[in-house]
Amino acid sequence: MSTVEVLQAPRADGALAAAPAAVLVRPTPAKTHRGIPIPRWARRLIAPLAVLGIWQLVCSQGVFTPIELASPVAVVNAGRELWAEGQFQSNLLISLERVAVGLAFGVTIGLVISVLSGLFHWGEDLIDPLVQAARSVPILGLLPLVIIWFGIGEAPKIFLIALGVTFAIYINTYSAIRGVDMKLIEAGRTFGLGRLGLIRRIILPGSLPGFLVGLRLALVHSWLIIVVAEQINAKSGIGYLINAAQTWGRTDIIMLGCTVYAVLGLIADFIVRRLEKSLLAWRRGFEGA
Amino acid sequence: MALTLDRNEAGAPGGVSVDARDIRRAFDGRVVLDQLSLTIGEGEFVALLGRSGSGKSTLLRILGGLDDGYQGDVLVPKQRAVVFQEARLVPWLRVLPNVTLGLSGGSRGALKGRGLAALDEVGLTKQASAWPVTLSGGEAQRVALARALVREPQLVLLDEPFGALDALTRIRMHALLQDLCARHRPAVLLVTHDVDEAVLLADRTLVLVDGRITLDLPIPLEHPRRRGDPGFDELRSRLLAELGVEEH
Repeated sequence: MSTVEVLQAPRADGALAAAPAAVLVRPTPAKTHRGIPIPRWARRLIAPLAVLGIWQLVCSQGVFTPIELASPVAVVNAGRELWAEGQFQSNLLISLERVAVGLAFGVTIGLVISVLSGLFHWGEDLIDPLVQAARSVPILGLLPLVIIWFGIGEAPKIFLIALGVTFAIYINTYSAIRGVDMKLIEAGRTFGLGRLGLIRRIILPGSLPGFLVGLRLALVHSWLIIVVAEQINAKSGIGYLINAAQTWGRTDIIMLGCTVYAVLGLIADFIVRRLEKSLLAWRRGFEGA
Repeated sequence: MALTLDRNEAGAPGGVSVDARDIRRAFDGRVVLDQLSLTIGEGEFVALLGRSGSGKSTLLRILGGLDDGYQGDVLVPKQRAVVFQEARLVPWLRVLPNVTLGLSGGSRGALKGRGLAALDEVGLTKQASAWPVTLSGGEAQRVALARALVREPQLVLLDEPFGALDALTRIRMHALLQDLCARHRPAVLLVTHDVDEAVLLADRTLVLVDGRITLDLPIPLEHPRRRGDPGFDELRSRLLAELGVEEH
């Protein structure tokens, strides 16, 4: 630790003061810059690259057979193979499209009902009990039923994603609206904001942090749902590809599908982070050490 | 500009900014304001003193239109502004939009111009595009003052606006407030528990004890006033005694 010994300055007559020297410490540890500073983005790559390296090492050392676990190189080759056949692009696109459409529906519906429920007692009494009850039903458990209702086309997949997204958005936005500081609403009222003005300038911006948490969860949910939904009764999509690869005995393609999901998850997270950074610039929260 | 008292024709005296009669306010049976009457003249600066829990903030909230659970008859101008103890700036709006919050009438550019002019009066033009979270306590309170003034209020309600500020900043804020009041001449009700502040700023000081006004004391001192002037200390002792504080 950085302790600093403070020696008393000798007085003009050469004598030292009688009191013993106090030991002082710095209130915060001194910042040390050892070696070359690594930028944040590069630091974030270290752990994934290490995992990749160990994965490749384990495979090339023959700890697992290629059937049990395909190596990263094999996964890349599988990707090239599928890309050349055009299967990779078409299945990725259809999965992305399903998630995008489901998200669009879910976010819109979730926002509308959370605003109705958050702003009006009537809305709360009508909507909240229903949503709270419905969201405790495991969505994927509905899959067999949804197939009976909607068949095996696009509708059941989009429906399930929209449902999951709606709940995630609703729960977080609703509680955020209810958490908006009453003092700010009072202040707004005294300065002449009407009902619409309060909603637009105070209540909605104030519940934005909660909405963004909901959006993050919604993205995770939507990928979770699409994987399972595409593995049952689907003829396209990344989930279908994984399922088909199982019957072909192609673990490299299964790993490829999982990797695609991981990358998409990263991209979604990045987008939400960006959104938070620009939309929540007014906040000064704890940013980590 | 004519005073917009709704009941003026029904006999409210002219030149009055606040005319409140027989206000009674109870919370769950506990009476906080008891048959309280109060008038404030146009351009008059009234300080309301009281211990905590005496009902001063309740009275201010009623006059500000934040509480409608009272009995009695209250008339106030339409153009009012409140400055709270905490600045209550909206954290997701930068300083300038905070000042112009809720203003209507006029183009966007005109509103911006008015906001900037108000910020200039409190000396914060440079911080117009800062986030509220980056302001110091005194700066935030000055923005709150600008936000109140930009509406050209006929009545300014100040709820212990300097209570959370340090002593040095408070002295500067007192001077700023006097300056602004001299220029705009609104009626002012300053709720405070600081006797010195009341004697320093007000034309008239009211003492609120248990929901009733027990003393209505004019402060006839010339400005600028200074602590330690003979008249100052006399009034100060009188108010402190009314509040139940004996000086040694």
